[in-house]
Parts: sequence; C-alpha cells; structure tokens
Amino acid sequence: MKLHSIKLPHRKASAEMPTLKTLNPPKVVISMSQHGGVPCTPVVNVGDEVKTGQIIGTSEAAISAPVHAGITGKVTAITDIINIAGKRNTAVVIETSHRQEMHESVKPPVVNDRSSFIEAVKNSGLVGLGGAGFPTYVKLNFDPKENRIDTLIVNAAECEPYITSDYRALVESPAELIGGIKLLMKYLEIPKAFIGIESDKSKAISVLTELCRKEKGITVQRLPNSYPQGAEKIMIYNVTGRVLKEGGLPMSVGCLVMNCSSVIFINDYLKKGIPLIRRRITVDGNIVNKPLNVFVPVGTQLSEIIKLANLRKIPDRVIFGGPMMGSSVYDPEMPVMKTTNAVLFFEGAAALAEPTPCIRCGRCVRACSLNLMPTELESAYDNKDIERLKKLKVNICMNCGACSYVCPAKRNLSEKNQLAKILLRNGGNV
Amino acid sequence: MTNYLVEPAPHIKSSLTTQKVMLHVIIAMLPTVLVSAYIYGLRALLTVVVCSAVCVLSELVFEKITKRPRTINDLSAVVTGILLAFNLPPTLPIYMAAIGSVVAIVVVKQFFGGIGQNFANPAITARIVLMLSFSSYMTTWSEPFYYKNTADAVSTATPLVSEKSFELFDLFFAKSGCIGECCNAALLLGGFYLIVTRIINPVTPIAYIGTVALLTWVSGGDVTLQVLAGGLILGAFFMATDYATTPIRTSGKLIFAVGCGLLTFLIRNFGSMPEGVSFSILIMNILTPYIDRLTASHPFGAKKEVKSK
Repeated sequence: MKLHSIKLPHRKASAEMPTLKTLNPPKVVISMSQHGGVPCTPVVNVGDEVKTGQIIGTSEAAISAPVHAGITGKVTAITDIINIAGKRNTAVVIETSHRQEMHESVKPPVVNDRSSFIEAVKNSGLVGLGGAGFPTYVKLNFDPKENRIDTLIVNAAECEPYITSDYRALVESPAELIGGIKLLMKYLEIPKAFIGIESDKSKAISVLTELCRKEKGITVQRLPNSYPQGAEKIMIYNVTGRVLKEGGLPMSVGCLVMNCSSVIFINDYLKKGIPLIRRRITVDGNIVNKPLNVFVPVGTQLSEIIKLANLRKIPDRVIFGGPMMGSSVYDPEMPVMKTTNAVLFFEGAAALAEPTPCIRCGRCVRACSLNLMPTELESAYDNKDIERLKKLKVNICMNCGACSYVCPAKRNLSEKNQLAKILLRNGGNV
Repeated sequence: MTNYLVEPAPHIKSSLTTQKVMLHVIIAMLPTVLVSAYIYGLRALLTVVVCSAVCVLSELVFEKITKRPRTINDLSAVVTGILLAFNLPPTLPIYMAAIGSVVAIVVVKQFFGGIGQNFANPAITARIVLMLSFSSYMTTWSEPFYYKNTADAVSTATPLVSEKSFELFDLFFAKSGCIGECCNAALLLGGFYLIVTRIINPVTPIAYIGTVALLTWVSGGDVTLQVLAGGLILGAFFMATDYATTPIRTSGKLIFAVGCGLLTFLIRNFGSMPEGVSFSILIMNILTPYIDRLTASHPFGAKKEVKSK
C-alpha cells in the first residue's frame, strides 16, 4: 500500500550555505517551557550572574527537561511571556556580559551503561529537535523487557519547504551523526538503524552511504521526495512497513524515531558535555535577500534575527518552523525555542485568502496520507457532530496541513481538524 | 511596535483556485466550441454564447434576490452553460436553450445550495427537462455542414440508430448529433488536456467507455459505432467527471463509471430511446452518496470503533 502524499515546492535556497557561527545577542529570553511536558521552575534569581551552560530551570516531574543558560551574563528579570505555543509561561531574561565563559558544570558526562546514558541525555536538556519537543530521555527510557525495540530510525527527511537546518547538520557533521547512532545502538541494544532521507538530498546521501559502508547495521534509506515524509507514522511505515496503531507510540511497533540533529547533539554532548543551549536555524522566506543557516543561543529574540536576516522590506508574516506546520509569530520580541528549526519571513497574506464553497473535487482526500476525509471532517465540525468526528477519526490527524495546501477553495481544513480535536477533548463543549 | 499577521498553518497554499479549475474546463471545451461553429455554423456558436450568458445572469440574479454571496467569478456557471449547449441540437430555438439554462442554474444548482451542493448534473438535468418539454425540437438532428447546402435544416437521424453506414473518419471529425458531439477528435483533445492538467481523474472516462465497449463487444454489437456515434465521449470526459455529482474517491469513481457504462448499454439496447448517456449519468448521480458511503476509506492505523453500551 502506497500512502498518499503531496508535492511541494522545495525553495531550499539556503541548502548550500555553510552555517554561520553562533550569533551573540545582547539579551536572551529563555522560556521555562521549551518542551512537551511540565514546565521548569527557575533556579536562579534576578541579579544572579550566570555562565554559559549553567542550569537555570529544573523540574522534578517525570516528563520534563532542564533548561540552561545560553550566554554568560546577568539575570535581569524573571517574567511571564506568551510563548510560541500561545501559552503563558515563565521566562528567565539574561543580559550579556562581555566575557563569555562556560560554567564549571560543563564537562563530559561519565557514561558506561544504559542508565548512565539515559541520565546523561536527561541532564543535557535535549528535547526532540524536529519540532515536537518531547523530552528525549523519556523516549529512550523504555523498558527493554516490555518493548523490544529492534529498529532505530533517524529522521532526516526534512520534508518542509525552505528549512535546511537538518540538511546542513547532515553535511557538516556526518561523522557525528554516525557516532550518535552508534551510541544509541550500543547503550539501548538496538540491532539496526536506518537514516530516513528524501531521495533528492543526494549530497548528504552519498556522504552518509560512504560512512555507513564501514558500519554494521546502519543503512541509508532513501524516501520518496514528497510531503509529509518526515511525519513519524509515515516514516515508520515507509522504512519498516509497520503500521503504527491509533494512539500507539513507536515503541509499540519496535521502533525508536529520532531527529538527525538530536542524534548529532547526543554524540557531541557525550564528548564535550555542553548542554542544549544553542541550535541551528534556517533564515529564509520570500523577502530574504540572502537565505542562510546560523547557530543561535536558545532564547535569542526575533528582533535580533531580523537584524541578521537582510530583509527586502518589513515582513507581513513571520513563521517559526516550516511553512506547513510552523506557527505565526506576532511579537518581534518572541524568543527562539529549542525546537525552532527555522525563522521565515513573508510578505503578503496568501494563506488568509477568503474560503469559497467546497466543490467536492476530492483533492484533500487524495492528499491525506492517513486516509482521512478532510472535507467531511470539516462539515462534521461545523455541525458540531461529535459522533461523526469520532467515527471519521479526526483524532489521528497530525496537522500536516496537506489538505489545506491543496484545496482550490482555500478552505482551512487542517485548522478545523485541530479545532475538532479540542472539541472532542472538551467532551463536546465548545 | 509592529505586530505581524497571525494565521493558522499551513502558511503556504497551492496556486490552484476554483476559478482556475473552471478555466481549465472551459479551455478544454474550446476546441469543440470552435469546431462545432465550423460544422454547424454560427447558430451553434450563438447557442453556446446564449446558454453561457443566461447561466451567468440567472446565477447573478438569483444570488441578488436571495442575498447570497456572489459566486459568478468562479466561472462554474459558464461551464454549465457551455456544457448545456453541447447537449442541444444546433437547430434548437434559442429561447428554448435559454429556458434550459435557467433550469440548470436556478432549479438544479442554486435550489440545492449552489456550487458543490447540487446532487444532479445541471446541464444533464436541464437537457432532460428540455427533452420532455420540447421533444420534437430536441430530437431533430442536422447533417454536418447543412447550412452550406440548403436554406433549411435537413433533419437526420442520430447515427446511433441510422440505417446508413458511417465512415470512421466522419465519426471522429464531423458527425450529426448535439452541438458538443459533432467532433470526437476535439472532445478527446479537451479530455486529454483535463487529464494532463489533473483536473479530472482518468479512471472515469476509461472505465465508462471501456464498459460500454466491452458489453457491446460481448453482445456482438458494433463497438466503434457505440463508442463514437452517440454522446458517450462527451459524457464520459465532461459530465461523468463533474466534481459535485460524482463520488469523491477513485474507487467510487470506478464504480460510478462502470455503472454509467452498464446503464448506457442497457438503455441503448433495451430501452425505448436511442441515447442513454444522459439518463445513465443522472441515475448514477443519485446513487453517488451511497457509493461514497460504500467506498469509505479506512484511516491509517485506526482502531475499530468499540460500541459503548
């Protein structure tokens, strides 16, 4: 069975530009909620001097990840912000001092077995860098007796237009990727690994294939050049042929799926001990003169990225993440999160076009890789028909946006699906 | 401080719009419009223009009276107008064509909620209404190029039931029949354009024409005549592929097209009418919601619904 998918324009203009060295912003605003799960509580106070890599937020909760200072400087405020997910949470504001130095806690962790490996990943503050932001150590901390994981899938699809930060990571750190894969295979006792990558990324494929030749059990898996290859369920199916059941986790089908930048980070962390304090982002969009990739400290504000971006004009829209699944940003002070893989600038409001009536052309039905019925889901949502929404399985929609993209009537189908899911979660109360 | 626009994802959309879809269909019909004007004279072109104009006008007036949003810009009324004209004989009095246009847009399309909501194909239903209302006019066919030979229209039988034998060349390039049926080559050119531009799914015309051909062959009939002499090519590419009135999934389209083929074969061979394409498509239009239900897809990895007591 071949899953439906759609063709998108690639627009990966920044693909062959080497990543610029780390931006040095005068101020960072670090959200205490960088991840899926429980937000952290600040462990520093206003007025404290902090050094790069120092822990500034922790949580005792089972699903959380510590937050570290991305720059050396002084904590000037602990304040509430509205984060990229639209939620209010606490943030630590650090203003830079001239001397940048690593905190004394930054040193390679001692790892010699499974539990110390997972503990190290926990302390690193790593969350899924592909965008979902789930604390990584939780995913690694499966019970090997209950869940036999036989396949590690490294997600290097990067199927959204514009974004090239994962691609740059692949071509700039291929050995580090293989190193990370070997660590995961070794400590978690996973016999085989696949690097899932879209077939058009030929440069990365040839470099990785060459490296994999020397390794046992690591295979580069070419994937169709279409959207959404990078979605977890789709990736698992296209690499292994296994069908992830509704509500199930990848471990239920023996798979562990990790973003390629996350894997590279694990390799580097075990070597150097520098926690997740910076990340590579793509800066692009239809008004950017020179598309690029750059490392920025987590917490760098949009206004700093605008200074770097060389824009032709004032943007109408700014997107954190990809154009298909990313979020609109309205506030120039919005800080970059651990999960932000791109900052895109656009003129015009194309996506806000007024919807016209559905003509039943069926393009959304043929676009949905999960075989859902977007047009019927839309009318079920409009009628607040709870039973029908359940029957049509709106809960498995992963918000890839393919239906909205292809709709000639410009209906906001995927938005309705998200609203429908909220409706179901609230037990039918709007 | 400047704030930026906020919108739901996705933040990019395809450039295809409803208007462009309809424009593609109009482009696909243009060869037939031009060839019909050549074969049947300017009278045929006049019918096309009047039908389109009346369709657009009645949509405009209806939406004005009922205070609904104006939709004529989507060009779907123009498509309906041209399609209706394609289904009329070239000698039909113009006022009858105009009546048909009003029926198509107001009764069949707008009374059921406008674009995408109608369950029956407007052009086909209007054609059938005209057929029942003005039977003799609607079944008076003309020879190709009649306007060059004599002052009056020469009536002829539709090739489907004619005693005469037909050259394959004529069946492809110039035959008697409705305005849109005159030249199968032009229709196929348009149909090919619609497939290449991905406006229609090739399953429908292939399965429809294939079913008719197969059944005719099995029953010992004249396959060439059955496929090319009537309105099958027009119906299979331009009417059985209508979005609103046919199943949404490819599997449903296949069932729909095979059903159309079977019904067309039955009506032509065992019914009292020479032609069966219109009625076949209309009957299958009515069955479309059931076909859609029958072909409902299984969402990827979905668990079977557990019935709660």
